[in-house]
Amino acid sequence: MKRSILGLTAATLALGAAAAQAEEVHVYNWSDYIDESLLEKFEAETGIDLIYDVFDSNELLETKMLAGGSGYDVVVPTGTFLQRQIMAGAFQPLDKSKLPNIDNMWDVIQDRTDVYDPGGDYSINYMWGTTGIGVNTDKVAEVLGEDVAQNSLSLIFDPANAEKLSECGIYMLDAPTETVPAALTYAGWDNPDDKSQEALDKAEEVLTAISPYITKFHSSEYINALANGDICVAFGWSGDVLIARDRAAEADNGVSVEYYIPSEGALMWFDQMAIPVDAPNPDAAHQFLNFIMDAENMAAASNYVYYANGNKASQDYLNEDVIGDGAIYPDQETLDNLYTVTPFGPKEQRLLTRLWTRVKSGT
Amino acid sequence: MRRLILILVPYLWLLALFLVPFLIVVKISLSDVALARPPYFPQLDLSGGWAAIRDFFTELDFENFAFLASDDLYWKAYLSSLRIALISTLLTLLIGFPVAYGMASARPEWRPTLMTLVILPFWTSFLIRVYSWMGILSQNGLLNTFLLWTGVISEPLTIMNTEIAVYIGIVYTYLPFMILPIYATLEKLDGSLLEAAEDLGCSRTSAFWLVTVPLSKPGIIAGCFLVFIPAIGEFVIPSLLGGSDTLMIGKVLWEEFFNNRDWPVASAVAVVLLAILIIPIVLFQRNEQKNREAGQ
Repeated sequence: MKRSILGLTAATLALGAAAAQAEEVHVYNWSDYIDESLLEKFEAETGIDLIYDVFDSNELLETKMLAGGSGYDVVVPTGTFLQRQIMAGAFQPLDKSKLPNIDNMWDVIQDRTDVYDPGGDYSINYMWGTTGIGVNTDKVAEVLGEDVAQNSLSLIFDPANAEKLSECGIYMLDAPTETVPAALTYAGWDNPDDKSQEALDKAEEVLTAISPYITKFHSSEYINALANGDICVAFGWSGDVLIARDRAAEADNGVSVEYYIPSEGALMWFDQMAIPVDAPNPDAAHQFLNFIMDAENMAAASNYVYYANGNKASQDYLNEDVIGDGAIYPDQETLDNLYTVTPFGPKEQRLLTRLWTRVKSGT
Repeated sequence: MRRLILILVPYLWLLALFLVPFLIVVKISLSDVALARPPYFPQLDLSGGWAAIRDFFTELDFENFAFLASDDLYWKAYLSSLRIALISTLLTLLIGFPVAYGMASARPEWRPTLMTLVILPFWTSFLIRVYSWMGILSQNGLLNTFLLWTGVISEPLTIMNTEIAVYIGIVYTYLPFMILPIYATLEKLDGSLLEAAEDLGCSRTSAFWLVTVPLSKPGIIAGCFLVFIPAIGEFVIPSLLGGSDTLMIGKVLWEEFFNNRDWPVASAVAVVLLAILIIPIVLFQRNEQKNREAGQ
């Protein structure tokens, strides 16, 4: 009798241990950035519990990475931020032997992301896109007339247009690293990545002139605002605007949204998946990266969020309204017109933030 | 002995939850920004022995505080936060006092129900309540739709993303913190004092001003502190409801911390904010105590 109680206790203990070992992987990704059925698929395939959490600004993610102990296994910083975080020692090198699907990746994109993460030692590309103009086409035509070029930066950056459009609402990304290069491009500056005092002064002049007409500086609310018809223009990220287009179409509320890559040129950015140096479960993190790099899974994500990805093999599985849409997969001519930017150093960053506070608050 | 333990508990609480974190913040405010994890230098390394600790202290300086003084952004933000917090506190008092007075004058069997009604909003998440205000105040929101429908206005009002929305948000959120302490003092108020005042020839209004209001002063002061102190450092409400020109110290702190990755300057901003709050409050309380002693 005694023995069987002991045996029972041992069995219970073993069960408890097994339960404690149930694996978990914590993923921290941008909001509205994945087909959520993929999360269930990952859990079904691997038996690992996936805890998925979202953010909407690189700054927030960066602070967690620099503080350490975030508890996340996979995070998704943008290239410029990734580069700085690699330098600060925030990520662990990828073990490529655990990532057989890495052969699916697209060399064209890898060449461009090499600037931020040479050789792709620390990260894989998840999605890439452009920063451009989201337009409520009917309202803009109503305010500015049918002939106005909706695909030009002047739609927002020309104060005369901005003033008229302010009555129906303009949202702008709360991200000076994206808006300053755009202001420089609008002003005809040679290098949108110029971080000199003269360049910043010029950008501030352009931004200050339109700042009174900006309804709000925010990096995610414009999806709903555009889709509901609350605003008529947003300076935002390609896929987010396309999600707004889709939501408006689904709601059938008479709002038609369009995304334009500015004809003057646009910023091309890359969101990279990386594993924090103190990730609790790096093994599961590698499994997640490998799962994401599967051609069909990556295609499912792109089909859902309307962003292009850095996965060549996935292109066979992309819907026609994704791979065939020049706003998502631009043609060669547009692609040549896209620029990339490099991170700001600490001194430059302070000037930039200060500039941005002045622009936003008018002080 | 037992008394000592009883006194010790709140002091330990203060030490662990206020003094230690505060000293850490002060320490960071004296260091320099660096590209590392965590992003400041020097780090305190106890394994290095006394020499390392001495080196650590020589690396600290007041550079960041000098920087705060040199840039007018910070003073503007402090002043603007003070103004917003003061106006919100006054508005909350103007609304909260009559509500508390009404509750205290209600029949005793009604009071628990009224009390529950005041606390009820806390049962839902604070964030959800602020988000619902966005739904009410936005351009196509409930308020504008209703006013347009009734014909009171012909053009939608712009409330969302302005300072007015911030005031609405703060007053709404902190109202219970004003009502509850005032109600607590009013409820205990001895009704015979008012009768005595009237017997001695006071009108009802002047009895209210000469008896009720002075006696409820502790509640009013407690309520004002409970609203003013969190309002001045408020970050969530101005960032969700406020516009781009709403300058508050909470947002500046966020920018230093998140955008500039400058933890030392962010910590310096926090230390100065604390000084701005604590020094007047301590002076005020000392003055109150003196008055009380003089009264006795």
